[in-house]
Parts: sequence; C-alpha cells; structure tokens
Amino acid sequence: MASLKSIRKRINSVKNTRQITKAMKMVAAAKLRRAQESVLAARPYAEKLEEVLIRLSSSGGAGDHPLAAREKTEKALLIVVSSDRGLCGGFNANICKAAETFVRENSSQYAEISLLTIGRKGFEYLRKRATVRKNYSNILSTMSYQEASLIGQELIDGYLAGDYDVVYLLYNAFKSVMSQDITLKQLLPIEPPQGPEEEFLPEALYEPSKEELLAELFPKNVEVQLFHAMLESIASEHGARMTAMDSATKNATEMIAKLTLQYNRARQAVITTELMEIISGAESIKG
Amino acid sequence: MAEKLQLELITPYRKVLSEQVDMITAFGALGEFAVLPGHASFLTSLKIGELTYAKGSDVYHLALNWGYFEVVNDTVTILVETAERADEIDLERAREALGRAEEALKKLTREDKDFIVYESALQRALIRMQVAAKKARG
Repeated sequence: MASLKSIRKRINSVKNTRQITKAMKMVAAAKLRRAQESVLAARPYAEKLEEVLIRLSSSGGAGDHPLAAREKTEKALLIVVSSDRGLCGGFNANICKAAETFVRENSSQYAEISLLTIGRKGFEYLRKRATVRKNYSNILSTMSYQEASLIGQELIDGYLAGDYDVVYLLYNAFKSVMSQDITLKQLLPIEPPQGPEEEFLPEALYEPSKEELLAELFPKNVEVQLFHAMLESIASEHGARMTAMDSATKNATEMIAKLTLQYNRARQAVITTELMEIISGAESIKG
Repeated sequence: MAEKLQLELITPYRKVLSEQVDMITAFGALGEFAVLPGHASFLTSLKIGELTYAKGSDVYHLALNWGYFEVVNDTVTILVETAERADEIDLERAREALGRAEEALKKLTREDKDFIVYESALQRALIRMQVAAKKARG
C-alpha cells in the first residue's frame, strides 16, 4: 500500500487540477453564452441574404456569372475551421479526422485537393498529412465580420485566378451545448439556392440591373457563409470545452473520493499496527 | 392598403431595427430615393450613405455602410454591414478617421490599390459626421 504521504500528495494535486478544470468550465460557459448570442444575432442577416438571392436567381440570370458555374472541376480547396486552443474534448480531433476522410475519399475525383485552415489546432495536425495552402490562426478569439470578409475576398480572388475550381467548407455546426455537427458545405461555385416557390412577383424593380446586383450578391454570400460558419464553430468550441471540462471536474471529484478512502484505510492500518506493538510490548513487560 | 411600412434593418451582428414607419429615404446605387407604403417590389444596392425614416412626426437618421434595400409587400428589409444611429456615432472618432483618410489619399494616386479603401473610409467618416450633425440640430 502506498505511503500516507504519497497519497496525501496525490489528493492535493488532483484537487488543484479540479480547481483549474472548474475555472475553465466556468469561463467556457460565459464565453459560450456570448458566442451563442452572436450566432443567433447573425442568423437573420444570413437568412435574409439567402432569401434575396433565391428571389433574384430564381427569376433567371444567375447561370453565366463566373462564381456560379465552372465547367472543369480539377482542383478542390477544403476550408477547415478548427480552434486555436486545445482542451476541448474531441472537437479538433473530430474535425481533423473528417478533413482527412474527405481528402481520402475524394482524391480520385479531383486532381488536387489543398486545404485552408482556420485555427491553429487544425493547422498543426493537418500540415503533416495534407497540403495546406494557407492558415489563419488567432483570429477566432477576436472574430469580426471584416475578417471573414477579407478571407472571403481572398478566396474569391484565388478562385477567379484558377487556383482552385471547387471550394468546400468544413466546420462544426452548433447544435446544442453537448453536441456539434460536422458540416460540409459547398461554397464555390455557388449553387443558386432553390427555395420553395414563392408567390411570383413580376413587377419587381431592380436597380441597377439584376445581373449587376447578382454580381455583388454572390461574393457577399460567400463572405456571409464563411462568417456564419466561423461563428458556429466558435460556439461549438466553447460548448465542447465546457462539456469536456465538466466531465474532467466530475472525474477529479470521483478520484479524490477514492483517494481519500485509500488514505483513511492506510491511516487506520498504521494506527492498528502501532496499537498492536504497544499492547504486545506491555504484555512482554508484564510477563 | 397598409398604412405603414415594416422596416427591418439587419447587420451581421444584430437586428438593429424592427419598426413600423411612415417613410424611408436612402441612397441607392442610382441615387437618393424614398419609399412610402404601397411601393412596388423593389431591390437595389445601397451606397455608403444616410438612411432617414419618419415615424409620425419624428425623423430619425442613421449612417449606413454598403448593403441592400428590398421592398416586398410593404416590408422593407435593409441588409448592411454597419448601421449607426445618430446618437451612437462617435464624432471624435469620425473626425480622426476623416483626417487619416485625407492624409492617406494625398499620398496615393487613383491607380493605387488602397485608394478605393481610403476613399470609402473618407465617405464613411463624412456620412457619420453629417448624420451626427443632424442629430445635434434636431
């Protein structure tokens, strides 16, 4: 049996760990609430933009835009949104694995698949296993729409220059605090969304022309989708971290209970042996 | 016919406004325009400019960045990247931004890549100051 001192030391160290995980859980919960709010706040914008896009493209005129269609599909780009920090359970591992699977399964379909990573963790894992074209780190904690729009513009520039023909977006969608859905979306070329057939509005006026509006809306849509994906990923990350830290705290508590039991048993054993020694000593003097 | 317009002003960060109003004026790609209840379906892109809406006898001003303006069935949806109410505008900051943009523009020529960036920064600052000034008077 381990010595009393070593058990005491372990109990203390587990207690320290528990304190840290508890604090991290609390921080993650606070950040999660904020992230969740911003996801919800961003939703109307994305939805309305899509509505406008549906209305515009369903009345024709979308087909010839360079962002809407491309005949050859040789080079693909996969955007992987992970996190900058670890200690969030399987969050990063899952998304990295999904990215690897995607590359493996689609390698026959495309001549070349390169990656773009957002978040340090994904980059560190994937750079050894695939071609990472570019990485954006440390932008998630201070995410703003401007940043998403800059990345979006770079994407579009690369696409128009022919660096890649198809762009996919892989990210953790926020489902609930406990669960994240790994989601794959095609970002480019834009498939004009087919919404439910709305009441026909033939008298709609467009200013400037419909084509010009669409030409502005398409890049915007890419930016908004990217922004939305990043927000969802941030919320998922905090959710994942909160759950991971919660279970770590629970495990630590369990561990402490077990160790305390062991400690008390060991202490009792020491007392018993001491008592035995005293009694047998006294017996021998008497005799 | 509806007597009011439902105005929805949305940015990527939040829903700024959701109100019943009487009239809306904004700067579209082809110039300033006004929308009253009963307007035909209409979609336009917006330039950096001012949005004015009237509610009863009160008139409100906002500074808008680039975006879209849509009217369908007396519902006006405005999608913009930023929108600031007159009382939210930091006049000091707008002045500073104006100064910075002017400085930068002096050094650049029309061909420079950054020219357009600073030019729109200049426009934004001017609009902000204009809107803030209206607030001060009203």
